[in-house]
Amino acid sequence: MSAFIRPSRRGLIKAAGATALLGGIGMPGISRAQSDVLRFGHLTPRTGFLGPLGEFAVMAADLAVEEINAAGGVMGRKLEILKEDSVNPQTASTKAERMIERDKVACIIGEISSASCLTIAQVAARTKTLYVNTGGNSDALRGANCNKFMFHVESQNSMYVKTCGRSLMQQGLVKGKKWFSLTADYAFGHDLLKVAKRFMEANGGQFAADKLVPTDLTDFSALLIEIRNAKPDLVISNLAGNQITNFLKQYSEFGLTFPVAGFGFDTALAWAAGKDNFGGTWPVVWHHLIDTPNSKKFVQAFTAKYKKPPENQAWGDYLAVKIFAQTMNEIKSTDSMKIIEHWEKGATFDVMKTREGYFRKSDHQMMHEMYTVQAVGASAKNQWDIFSSSPAVPAANESLEVIATTAEENECKMA
Amino acid sequence: MSTLFLQQIANGLLDGVYYLLIALGLSLIFSLGGIVNLAHGAFYAIGAYLTVVLGPHIGFGGAMFVVPGLVAILGVLVERLLFQRFYRSDPILSLLLTFGLAMVAEQLLRMIFGAPPLSYSIPGWLRGQIFLGDFIYSRYRGTLILIAATCILALWFLLNRTAFGRVVRAGVQNPDMVGALGIALPPYMMAVAAIGIGLAGLAGVLLAPIYSIHPAMGQEIITPAFVVVVIGGLGSFWGVVAAALLVGLVKGATIGLGYPQFSTAVIYLMMLLVLLFRPRGLFGERIQRFE
Repeated sequence: MSAFIRPSRRGLIKAAGATALLGGIGMPGISRAQSDVLRFGHLTPRTGFLGPLGEFAVMAADLAVEEINAAGGVMGRKLEILKEDSVNPQTASTKAERMIERDKVACIIGEISSASCLTIAQVAARTKTLYVNTGGNSDALRGANCNKFMFHVESQNSMYVKTCGRSLMQQGLVKGKKWFSLTADYAFGHDLLKVAKRFMEANGGQFAADKLVPTDLTDFSALLIEIRNAKPDLVISNLAGNQITNFLKQYSEFGLTFPVAGFGFDTALAWAAGKDNFGGTWPVVWHHLIDTPNSKKFVQAFTAKYKKPPENQAWGDYLAVKIFAQTMNEIKSTDSMKIIEHWEKGATFDVMKTREGYFRKSDHQMMHEMYTVQAVGASAKNQWDIFSSSPAVPAANESLEVIATTAEENECKMA
Repeated sequence: MSTLFLQQIANGLLDGVYYLLIALGLSLIFSLGGIVNLAHGAFYAIGAYLTVVLGPHIGFGGAMFVVPGLVAILGVLVERLLFQRFYRSDPILSLLLTFGLAMVAEQLLRMIFGAPPLSYSIPGWLRGQIFLGDFIYSRYRGTLILIAATCILALWFLLNRTAFGRVVRAGVQNPDMVGALGIALPPYMMAVAAIGIGLAGLAGVLLAPIYSIHPAMGQEIITPAFVVVVIGGLGSFWGVVAAALLVGLVKGATIGLGYPQFSTAVIYLMMLLVLLFRPRGLFGERIQRFE
């Protein structure tokens, strides 16, 4: 569209004037507030196909800040959070840079798109500012692209695959079975497919078919016909965002009965499909039915404020803000290097699950429990509680690291 | 040819019909008023959201009649307040107007209903599948096709067999001559906008049970619908119908041959070829004032 817009000279002068005016008003405000206010930067997609999840991230971050300030702030200072729509990888890095250079934020939190995580992480490394990724799943971010200034609260693709994979093994859907896989045709899907294939082959399964699906395809009827014809033992979704909702709605519409499972998932997508259409086995990093005191407290506070329960993306952003505040209060410093040192030494955090979590030193991935959910169908009490949960994975007697990548699978060399 | 491939072709043809309700309205509004309505998808989205809101009270059947009417009224308002001012101006201006309108509508939906998608299911009485030998089809989609086909035939009848249609067709070719004959075109423009936009609302109702309902859903459908109009030829009724079926068929064949990853790219390739070798579209009519 921009090709059509020719700015007039008058328009340019007006815009320039407005910018100058805004700058003049904005700057003194910032410098005056500096001493008694501490700022965090928050970036996440709020429009586009990840926007629906980004909205939960923003709501959760706001809630966390509210609670932190009610409890006395960070090192006696009031916490403020600057929130922006990250839009795409280029815009994300520009905005991260502006938040760090101009607004002097102490750290950056957020993201859902792995591609934007990468560009933000590059800015973080260059400016030596900490960045905590709350929603980007790609293994590469913890491997080839890992970096000293990036930590991950969100689980990596391998953790999702191995968690759901355990449930599939228990159901006897891997060894000697044929999978029909549908993969979102972009970076995230490809990364997930690679990990899923590694798991399947290592455990004796094989592909009946392996199809790439364009991200703008809304109608799955043709693929449903292919699935029906192939008679697989299991249909696997490596899809993303609205694709998952469309797929679930239409899978139920066509009345296909092959078991369904997925390796990437968000509860908002199940809610959008509705209890009539949601089906299958899916991995989640957290969900609103987890029965621990802190998780319940979070769900209660969130539901009271926003009139709906938090989605799994809300957990990541809420937790990241809380962890930063807790750490800064404990070590009495906002210095990135000191925080990294503290986290790398194995500091543990209440992550609202049965066990505490910690950042693994080798790749900065948060080690914590995961869950799989399964549809409960028509017996659902309401529009939110439409799934039941597995116990925490890994089990209580296992190391938290068994579901994460090994050093051979995903090598991280931190500079 | 394998039966699977034949199934994909048949399914593809039916798939094309979904675009038609959107594409026909788009083509109608363009050919009479010269406005490329990029906000057409927004009316489709509004139709879907109204279905979610009103469905629990008036049922899906009720929504099928009430929602298109409400969306058509909204269309009349937009036509009277906005479109009307741009019929005689540079198409670029109306393109910018409707592009902006689409963004405003999307953001309003986001503000009112929130960004997360809403759920809506196929009503119980339309659930189930139809089996014809090897061929499987959902009963809901079968019904959807019948409704869409009825609307398309009714629209054709209205445009080609009634006095109303004669004025509209004359207005497409030569608005000045219609005016000289003492016929005021504005009420016809308004009616055309109401019909075209009402059809988009109907598409919203019909697709709400099977597609994800989210604020940007209008954007998702406007591009392929626009491609269908370009391939078919602006102003040609059967051209748009043929193009919708052709797009569906080529998409089905692409998936049938085992390349689902190219299934959306292939329709843009078709548009490129049509624009290179037959810029007026497959069945495009000569419209004097656009020559």
